[in-house]
Amino acid sequence: MSDADVTTTHTPTGSTATDAPFDVERIREQFPILAQRAGDKPLAYLDNAATTQKPHAVLDTLSRYYASENANIHRGVYALSQQATEAYEGARGKVARFLHAAEPAEIIFTRNATEGINLVAQTFGRRQVGAGDEVVISTMEHHSNIVPWQMLCEEQGARLRVVPITDTGELMLDELASLLGPRTKLLSIVHMSNSLGTVNPVRQVVELAQAQGVPVLIDGSQAAYHMPVDVQALGCDFYVVTGHKLYGPTGIGALYGRRALLDAMPPYQGGGDMIRSVTFERTTYNDVPHKFEAGTPHIAGAIGLGAAVDFITGVGFGAIAAHERQLLSYATAALSAVPGLRLIGTAPNKASILSFVLDGVHAHDIGTIVDTEGVAIRTGHHCTQPVMDRFQVPATARASLAMYNTTAEIDQLVSALNKVREVFG
Amino acid sequence: MSDLRELYQEVILDHNRSPRNFGVLEDAMLHADGHNPLCGDKLTIALNVVDEVVTDVRFEGSGCAISKASASLMTEGIKGKTLDEVKALFERFHQLVTDRAAPTDATLGKLAVFAGVRDYPARVKCAILAWHTLIAAVDNSQDQISTE
Repeated sequence: MSDADVTTTHTPTGSTATDAPFDVERIREQFPILAQRAGDKPLAYLDNAATTQKPHAVLDTLSRYYASENANIHRGVYALSQQATEAYEGARGKVARFLHAAEPAEIIFTRNATEGINLVAQTFGRRQVGAGDEVVISTMEHHSNIVPWQMLCEEQGARLRVVPITDTGELMLDELASLLGPRTKLLSIVHMSNSLGTVNPVRQVVELAQAQGVPVLIDGSQAAYHMPVDVQALGCDFYVVTGHKLYGPTGIGALYGRRALLDAMPPYQGGGDMIRSVTFERTTYNDVPHKFEAGTPHIAGAIGLGAAVDFITGVGFGAIAAHERQLLSYATAALSAVPGLRLIGTAPNKASILSFVLDGVHAHDIGTIVDTEGVAIRTGHHCTQPVMDRFQVPATARASLAMYNTTAEIDQLVSALNKVREVFG
Repeated sequence: MSDLRELYQEVILDHNRSPRNFGVLEDAMLHADGHNPLCGDKLTIALNVVDEVVTDVRFEGSGCAISKASASLMTEGIKGKTLDEVKALFERFHQLVTDRAAPTDATLGKLAVFAGVRDYPARVKCAILAWHTLIAAVDNSQDQISTE
């Protein structure tokens, strides 16, 4: 594919394949950072699996909060504090609706998905996982869904079991089923892989676990900005998301937990807001969700996250998924045509992520060279070293897509990869 | 492209394609493993030192062009040098790849091809991984010597 071909044969909007009222240029206008140039090139931001950009709706909400609504929550009797409390709790309601939780109290605000997983490991995990017990994860987990369980297992004398994956990057469901048993106290599994793009059949996974009475945590960091999530339909016990991958602020995330489990779990951190009364003899804890939110939370972040999920809902997952599907298929074809390029992660059911290696060129060199062409991609192990080991590669280059990406940006990536070839021969 | 050629000089590309002193050094007196956990670059440096002079050195591992070429050129540059000279060379190399204001140091010889790295802060660690590993290998030996 020559430069001339890729720049002239496709419309820049990239959304012509669907009849949804989705205009990618209108979407892009809402993300001020996308108008930036990288040197003399347009910026092609293709590192969305690391973090997504923020729309005006989120930026304006943050700015307005600090400029005219800022007060601490849950304590003040004055109007400003009450408004801040309402906005914060209103955001909890928005996230609850976004994930289809049964009630807002099932949403715990965290710093990010990592903290959500650690919260479950340190509360539910410490109480439920004992010596000789097992926690099951998979080969394709992000380090954040490996290390907290390793720490827990080490502390409790429990064993971490790992579900293998196939050469295309799919979960081996038979192996998963055979790993679940009376010793299994929790299954923690990623909804969508950040380094392979695989979308796991989480409903089926939950059914397998439920048949053995095993609670399930799902890491939704990647899935939640590409597809609708209904925690009740999935039947999972815990689900974690992170705000900055939902077009929202950094430093805010959410943990969904089934109410009965949350009620029974001990607190995570001690401090203000998580208590009902404190004396030196005895402290009683607040109800969920406050029991898990010690100290002044990231109020602005939570309200910003609320604005972010409103924004996503406003665009609609139908339109987002259709656009991203078309973009993924365009990108898969375009990258596959690059000589010496091999995609890592080719599961039939995947979304928005293209991990690849290039013969004779290390991923870092690819990353540096395409950066000089205005293309931002991730290179390295993507916090999934076991995936790199599984595919026997030291690192991959990864382009990851979001609702605002275009086929023109894919063309820019392909043309930048041709530059890599020019340099390396 | 001109900027890129500053970084990816022909010498670097050549040493990436055909690294010198690449492989196992049997019965090496000193060795250390270097690992850049952020990018997954891994390499092992093995060397023999007789009377404070590097008599042989080899490396193996995997990494980007910058880290591989740096290891390769480093092995060429330190053979026959005393440990003090090696450490002084590392200091000058470190300055070359990190200090934009530093003048070109003629004593670096071929290692001067890494001057372009200073314009790519994210790649500095690639260029100095081999050197850090080398120094670790050498320092371990000194620890052992000092405890005996």
